[in-house]
Amino acid sequence: MSTTPATNFSLPARVLHWTMAVLILAMLFIGVGMVASISERHEWLVQIHKPLGIALLVLVVLRLFIRLKRGAPPLPADLPGIQRRLAHLSHLALYLLMFLMPLIGWSMLSAGGYPVILYGPVLLPPIVPENPLLFAILRQAHTYLAFLLFLTILGHLGAALYHGLIRRDGVFSSMARGKP
Amino acid sequence: MSDQPTPPPKPILSPFQTASRLGVILVVIALLGGAFAYTGGWLDPQRLTPTRIVDSFEQASGRHPGFRRNHAKGVCVVGLFVSTGAAAKFSSAEVFAPGRRTPVVGRFAIPGGNPYAPDGGVPIRSLALRFNQLNGQQWRTGMNSMPVFPVATPQAFYEQLQASQPVAATGKPDPERMKAFFAAHPETAPFLQWVKSAKPSASFATEAYNGLNAFFLVNDAGQRQAVRWGLVPEETAQPGGQPLPADPDFLAQDLAQRLAHGPLRWHLTLILANPGDPTNDATKQWPAGRTVVDAGTLLLQSTEPQDSGPCRDINYDPLVLPTGILPSDDPLLAARSAVYATSYERRTSEEAGVSAAGHTAPPAAKDPRS
Repeated sequence: MSTTPATNFSLPARVLHWTMAVLILAMLFIGVGMVASISERHEWLVQIHKPLGIALLVLVVLRLFIRLKRGAPPLPADLPGIQRRLAHLSHLALYLLMFLMPLIGWSMLSAGGYPVILYGPVLLPPIVPENPLLFAILRQAHTYLAFLLFLTILGHLGAALYHGLIRRDGVFSSMARGKP
Repeated sequence: MSDQPTPPPKPILSPFQTASRLGVILVVIALLGGAFAYTGGWLDPQRLTPTRIVDSFEQASGRHPGFRRNHAKGVCVVGLFVSTGAAAKFSSAEVFAPGRRTPVVGRFAIPGGNPYAPDGGVPIRSLALRFNQLNGQQWRTGMNSMPVFPVATPQAFYEQLQASQPVAATGKPDPERMKAFFAAHPETAPFLQWVKSAKPSASFATEAYNGLNAFFLVNDAGQRQAVRWGLVPEETAQPGGQPLPADPDFLAQDLAQRLAHGPLRWHLTLILANPGDPTNDATKQWPAGRTVVDAGTLLLQSTEPQDSGPCRDINYDPLVLPTGILPSDDPLLAARSAVYATSYERRTSEEAGVSAAGHTAPPAAKDPRS
């Protein structure tokens, strides 16, 4: 047994990261696309948005569990303090938003009195009482936090590419591939 | 000191290499951000979005905070639907099971964005219903007293809204613009034919209401049947019509008076399409002679004002459907669903005192009663 911390994320963590990366980006595009559309696209995008959101909620629970159990490889020792702090802050923001977005979506439909249709006849129970004021607040939060999530993802992607292409310090490959 | 493994030696980047790699990163970020903005419609101001349609309603009628953007004036009703069971072989929806009693929260209204419009000003009345099935599924539908919709597509609807914007000088739509719109849209002919002879009714109770958009009923065997539904009243209007009361809110008063004497009844009729009947064109009635199923009786028992009644917080989205009913290919359905959601978002945000995202509100219209 080595006492050296792993330099790379574990396989389950990497699979979850890249799966969720694709799904979350798809979800954000579906979200802004469906609210800006009046064509038939609107309808089928809404029908994908809800089950996909619940799927992402399940995945983020699993992901947090693995993260807490397995931890993350340390950042390079020579990384400047401000970048280190930004990295930790953005990862915290990503985890928070990955939890909040589906929960707010589900609560928002509950507060608006809509049946929360998962798929076909499968309904989810409401998780907050019907209340139009609560609906309004959650509905706005869903939009603004989606924008925040997208911006955080852009920052995360930019930083990952910076590590991978310019610093070449192993941070990018720690998520991109297995042990070297 | 550090227990980090020593990183392998890496070639030093020239300033040109660093700059071009930074450039690649920026291009990737910009492309992703640009695709997001394009998808959201921000780079494409000509796209017809729910926002633009709802803005047009506000432009036409002024902004009345807290009210629906169309069919703004209305009243809540409560009752139940008693199924005959005749529709059960066409649809597996619980609401059609024999003898099933399903609670209903409805809303009578008149079209237009002004919640203080006089009832006699338009010949159209509407009834929206939400059926709450015991299994938790819901069926929401909005119906109108005309037999056809004026236009078949969201684009034409938007053009009609634009053509009927009031002009500053008269406060009324420009007749020339309206004429030009109808001339360019021959599909409006059946609606115009109806509206020529249509008179505003003195009561909500004597009107028939038509779903206009087609749907599919789906039964347990998975068979689909195209359908349009409607409500046929048991009450009948006085022959030749009756003079309209002077009170601008006569419809709500009439409704309350009638309900004081007992429930009002309608038959929910399902008009079954023959093969080849259009399901994507709400401007065309299906030919006579189609099979009509009497699915049951709607009993409305009580009424409440819309600002405190149980219909206030309901978005009568026509795509909230139970298992056993599916949307058709009528393009108006998705548009109605999307536009109602935006209207609902705005009016609830106004009630909550938060500002709806992406909405630059025009000044609120003056409430004539405040």
